[in-house]
Amino acid sequence: MALFNVDNYLLRHAQVALASLGDLWRQPLASLITVLVIGIALALPAGLYVLQNNIEQLSGQWQQATRISLFLKDNVKDGRGQQIAEQLSSWPDIKKVDFQSSTQSLQEFRDLSGLGEVLDSLPENPLPAVIIIEPVATVTANDAHADLLQRLAKLQEVDLAQLDMQWLQRLQKLNETGQRGIAVLAAMLSLSVLLVIGNTIRLAILNRKTEIKVIKLVGGTNAFVRRPFLYTGFWYGLLGGVIAWLTVLIALLIISGPVNQLAALYESQFSLHWLSGVLFIALPLCGLFLGVLGAWLAVGRHLSAIEPS
Amino acid sequence: MIQFNEVYKRYAGQQEALSGLSFHLEKGEMAFLTGHSGAGKSTLLKLIALIERSTHGQVVVNNQNLGRLPKWKVPYYRRKIGLVFQDHNLLHDRTVFDNVALPLIIAGENHREIGRRVRAALDKVGLLGKERSQPIALSGGEQQRVGIARAVVNRPPVLLADEPTGNLDPLLSEEIMGLFEQFNQVGVTVFVASHDQELIGRLPYRRITLKNGRLATD
Repeated sequence: MALFNVDNYLLRHAQVALASLGDLWRQPLASLITVLVIGIALALPAGLYVLQNNIEQLSGQWQQATRISLFLKDNVKDGRGQQIAEQLSSWPDIKKVDFQSSTQSLQEFRDLSGLGEVLDSLPENPLPAVIIIEPVATVTANDAHADLLQRLAKLQEVDLAQLDMQWLQRLQKLNETGQRGIAVLAAMLSLSVLLVIGNTIRLAILNRKTEIKVIKLVGGTNAFVRRPFLYTGFWYGLLGGVIAWLTVLIALLIISGPVNQLAALYESQFSLHWLSGVLFIALPLCGLFLGVLGAWLAVGRHLSAIEPS
Repeated sequence: MIQFNEVYKRYAGQQEALSGLSFHLEKGEMAFLTGHSGAGKSTLLKLIALIERSTHGQVVVNNQNLGRLPKWKVPYYRRKIGLVFQDHNLLHDRTVFDNVALPLIIAGENHREIGRRVRAALDKVGLLGKERSQPIALSGGEQQRVGIARAVVNRPPVLLADEPTGNLDPLLSEEIMGLFEQFNQVGVTVFVASHDQELIGRLPYRRITLKNGRLATD
């Protein structure tokens, strides 16, 4: 037997890889359909992932704009309120503090509500003094917020410390739900990619039944028989991944115009994250992995059934 | 070279195809395997090529006890056995050259060596000019010779043929047998199953005859 030769081995692999690509090329329509099915199946979760990632960025931006309102007790004098505000501004997790006396609060309310006369008829000012706190940007996680809120609420002069961000938490939970949903969808569609490739390979194996028998008769190992089919799966997966990447990019291109306009209307700094670099690596890799795995499963299942007799 | 010791072969739910078969073929010997159809000729060859395994008894080929050969080693074992079939088993989607080259490609030979040996094998069977042809364009006798070239291209010490002249007229059959004799003369152990008594009768080689799976005459 000839000595094992690495150069020969690699050359064979390259030849088989090219030959299986050639086989796909010779049946352009059938191959195209398979590649498109794989591409779309991969594009769907990838597109949703990009969308979800953007929503996360967006909610992050809003979170940074979070403010905490400290409503002081009625009996706290304005001077004391000012003092507390100054003390608070030295806390490391607080970025900015604004004191607003009850008189100022009333003035603001009068201006905004247009209920001036009604307010004049009240015997006394019903509005409390407020300290408006802007946490430092790093305090964005919910836990850190809750902690700061708790410490503020414990202050003696404070009646109520309020973080008006329940809707943000809901959004975050919604986002998490979306994340899970995308993961489930991705798993299901990956399975369908496996099945599509498996079925395609199964047909290819049946088409080459005679060849497989002859190869086994003249001493071909299972690895030798398996190799062209694995490369077929490899190409299907790789090309499907590239198609998926293009599909996502085109979809983003279509929606990017309106999204940017929308962001401009909200005077937001938001711009669409394309993630094109990450996906360009991830999608073909994913497709390639699924392709080879699907082919491997199909070959393993059908190869042993084909023995010379 | 090929030794059978009390070999039995039974297919599931059927009668014994071979029962209590014992014989020994020397290295470099040429022999015919004959008998009525269904006598077990093909089964016997399949046991040697490890396409089937014996139910009972020992088959030893080239000092290798086939019963002890693990499944993953079977392909490597088959590379040392040249197989010729009645229906040639050629692949019709590739040229004569590529058909003959298949065992060498499988064995991982390098490009130049493959070209050299394929041409040498085709030259031996007299088809050197046809290497670029498609098998389908060849006559039955030529196709069989391509099959033989493929069987001997990696120089196996054993050559098995199952009814190699079954589809050929007497003249072509004789040519094919002449080829087998040539390989035998350079030391290859040749074992040919055939029911063509007339052809075999004219050749001076050992004859192993099977009857209902048993050794009738040797």
